Amino acid sequence: MTTNTMDHDSVASALCATDVRVQTDAGVEILHGVSFTLQPGRILALVGESGSGKTTAGLACMGHFRQGLAKGTGTVHLGDGEMGNILELPAAQLRGLRGKTISYVPQDPALSLNPSMRIGEQITETLRVHRVGATDAERRLRVTEVLAEVGLANDPAYQRRYPHQLSGGQQQRVGIAMAFACRPSVIVLDEPTTGLDVTTQAVVLRTIDELAARHQVAGLYITHDLAVVAEIADEVAVMLEGDIVEHGATDQVLFAPQHSYTRRLLAAVPDLAGKRRVGQVEAITGEQPLIVPGPHGIPDSTSTTPLVDDAKLLPGTMPRTTPADTAAETTPLLRLRDLSLSYGQHKVLDGIDFQLREGESMMLLGESGSGKTTLSRCVAGLNDAYTGSIELFGEQLATGTRSRSSEDRRRIQYVFQSPFSSLNPRRTIAESVGVPLQMSGINDKHRRRMLVLEALDQVRLGERFMDRRPGDLSGGERQRAAIARALVNAPSLLVCDEITSALDVSVQASILDLLRTLQTDHNMSMLFVTHNIALARHISQRLAVLQKGKIVDFGTTDDVLNNPQHSYTQELLANVPAFD
Amino acid sequence: MSTVEEVVAQDPVVARPPRLLARMMRQPQAKLGMVLTLVVMFLALAGPLLTPWLTGHTSTEFTGRPFTDIGIFGTDNLGRDVFSRFLDGGLRLIVYAALATALGMVVGVAVGMTAAYSGGRVDALIMRGNDVLLALPQLVFALLAITVLGPQGWVLVVVIGITHAPRIARVTRSATAAVITEDYIRASEMYAVPKWKILLTEVLPNITGPLMVELGLRMTYSIGFVAALSFLGLGMQPPTADWGLMINESRIALVVQPWGVLLPVAAIAVLTVGTNLLTDSLARASADMNVGNKK
Repeated sequence: MTTNTMDHDSVASALCATDVRVQTDAGVEILHGVSFTLQPGRILALVGESGSGKTTAGLACMGHFRQGLAKGTGTVHLGDGEMGNILELPAAQLRGLRGKTISYVPQDPALSLNPSMRIGEQITETLRVHRVGATDAERRLRVTEVLAEVGLANDPAYQRRYPHQLSGGQQQRVGIAMAFACRPSVIVLDEPTTGLDVTTQAVVLRTIDELAARHQVAGLYITHDLAVVAEIADEVAVMLEGDIVEHGATDQVLFAPQHSYTRRLLAAVPDLAGKRRVGQVEAITGEQPLIVPGPHGIPDSTSTTPLVDDAKLLPGTMPRTTPADTAAETTPLLRLRDLSLSYGQHKVLDGIDFQLREGESMMLLGESGSGKTTLSRCVAGLNDAYTGSIELFGEQLATGTRSRSSEDRRRIQYVFQSPFSSLNPRRTIAESVGVPLQMSGINDKHRRRMLVLEALDQVRLGERFMDRRPGDLSGGERQRAAIARALVNAPSLLVCDEITSALDVSVQASILDLLRTLQTDHNMSMLFVTHNIALARHISQRLAVLQKGKIVDFGTTDDVLNNPQHSYTQELLANVPAFD
Repeated sequence: MSTVEEVVAQDPVVARPPRLLARMMRQPQAKLGMVLTLVVMFLALAGPLLTPWLTGHTSTEFTGRPFTDIGIFGTDNLGRDVFSRFLDGGLRLIVYAALATALGMVVGVAVGMTAAYSGGRVDALIMRGNDVLLALPQLVFALLAITVLGPQGWVLVVVIGITHAPRIARVTRSATAAVITEDYIRASEMYAVPKWKILLTEVLPNITGPLMVELGLRMTYSIGFVAALSFLGLGMQPPTADWGLMINESRIALVVQPWGVLLPVAAIAVLTVGTNLLTDSLARASADMNVGNKK
């Protein structure tokens, strides 16, 4: 890794931050003396969970402090240091610096690009503001050049597009092109790939890597995703509560971590191979009895012994003794037949068939726009515009929740993606969790409270959370409360829609842990919807890959991962970032 | 349906008033507004009890010749004691204004929430009907109704309340539209919670911020409205003591006997400024909280 810095500038650093401290307006220090140096052509990853101060540190490099933060102390020097301390520069000078010498790529390109401006014009504007290039013709040439560099088309027609005419990945590449347009010496990237699916993420990461090396730009890559770090960074600094707790070369930090926090963080990252044990409980993939999958979409009711206990075991785990009643069960818990849904001409779901047995966990994998959320909402009855049938225990369900019986509603429970939106901020946790009970006719307040407490205990929240409101809870705690609401009525099927995507890895690990425990303890079935293929071996026994409203690959988790049939699955697997 | 009362009892509409009010009262302008409002409210509410005892006259008693200096603030056009009439004249104004505001809020909020939550054709129908009502000038509508039905208290309240409702409905609809996209509304739908209950327990507590602001604003307008209608002779009828009416009766002798106009004008002005300051700081407090909640 040190070889590529042997060029002209191997000793001088591009940016040197020393003892940077940032306080809130209220006087609470949230960054406690952070120091790091960025070298040309190399990328330093700033890793940490939400609230660790990584973004604050990154923005401090540009002399920017978010609202509610006081101006930081410490020193940030650029290159040879002739600009002086960035933290003390007046606003006018900082404006000249930002975008020209230090540029920034924000997390969400959809929010950072001006929706009413053509992309070519937006990049030109940056150049014009910083007086790069003498004439407009020269600037246009530069725009063409940078667009090509980030792998986009650069013809005038493309430059005349508006941001909404581009995909998320393309928008982010425009953002990167804009950041590189003035040939900065330092670039701060704030989770630029978080909202992208793995295939696009791989392309964007490659682009950043190439450009940083080609133009000798020093990169500061802020992320919470350790797998991405392994792909892109030369050095890693791990942040915990406003401190850098470990700093070193990527290989060293990821493979020989010194600090216990780094080790914990690494242990929480799910891996595709399923070797790592995420959370306290064993992965369920091999532990659970697995039902032989029938041919795709055709019910295998002919099979008399639908169980294999030994075929899919992980090394070292013992086969679980199969309860006899499970073997006798022949009707699947859930069966979908020719489920379709379209909005006008656009087919969101196109003939989905699959079935799920009792106690089985299935992952529904797909990128954004593949229809996976729509599918899960159809199952939960939140979307009643579908055609085809959904059967629960062999009985066809009505389409919408309101027309389903209260018993059917009890059996299928749905957990929403964002814990920040799924709980009413004005109601206490106990009230929110109690709603399903109330609706299934349990009117006795004390009884309800007992059941709520039981559910909260199951998700390890306990009594002290009952009378708090969501605003007092962290994201992980809120998601647990949301799961408690789903569990309070003892469902047969839990539909989880991307429930860990808004959460940190360590929180994700504990949620996965919880779900595995619940599944084994209550013999509950689970439909786990996600875009993160790395979770597959940690949560599911079956895997269905969804693309453009169709299931393109289906089978046991191991079968699909080891022997992907469809080119889309193969592509997904090839692009999964991993660090071992 | 036996759970209905229970739920309503369990979930007070304003779920966290202390924090919002505490935030509001931290602002100096809110304190000032509160003092101004309370002073006028006290005068208006306690005034009728004080009249014969403090001033020695009731509000309709003739004490001397018109426009003289008898008593603290002199006499009005019919020779009645101005101070007595002033003390007696605020209560009805404030009660009518409060009732009209409450009526407008209830109707407007119900209509606005229903429109936003139903969406589609129902929404379009309600809101276009709303637009028709908005197109009628408030005063003209009030004049028409009062001319037809006569200047009675309930007519005043209903007319002002009804003319407020479309404006409140607009605000409510936009506030509701922001809330109904949240997943907790979808969660309630999933559990088949009755629609009216979703509106009452899930939506309403989350839009109290803008609604409180609207409430304050509409209260201010109502006060001005009732006073204006009385001034025009369409509100309170003589010989009732009323601030709006007093201004009208005494304005012909503004130079000779200014108190007959100045006292009620000052009271209405102070009350309006006071409620406006309160509303303003309430708006700021609720906006702050929303920012804090968003994460």
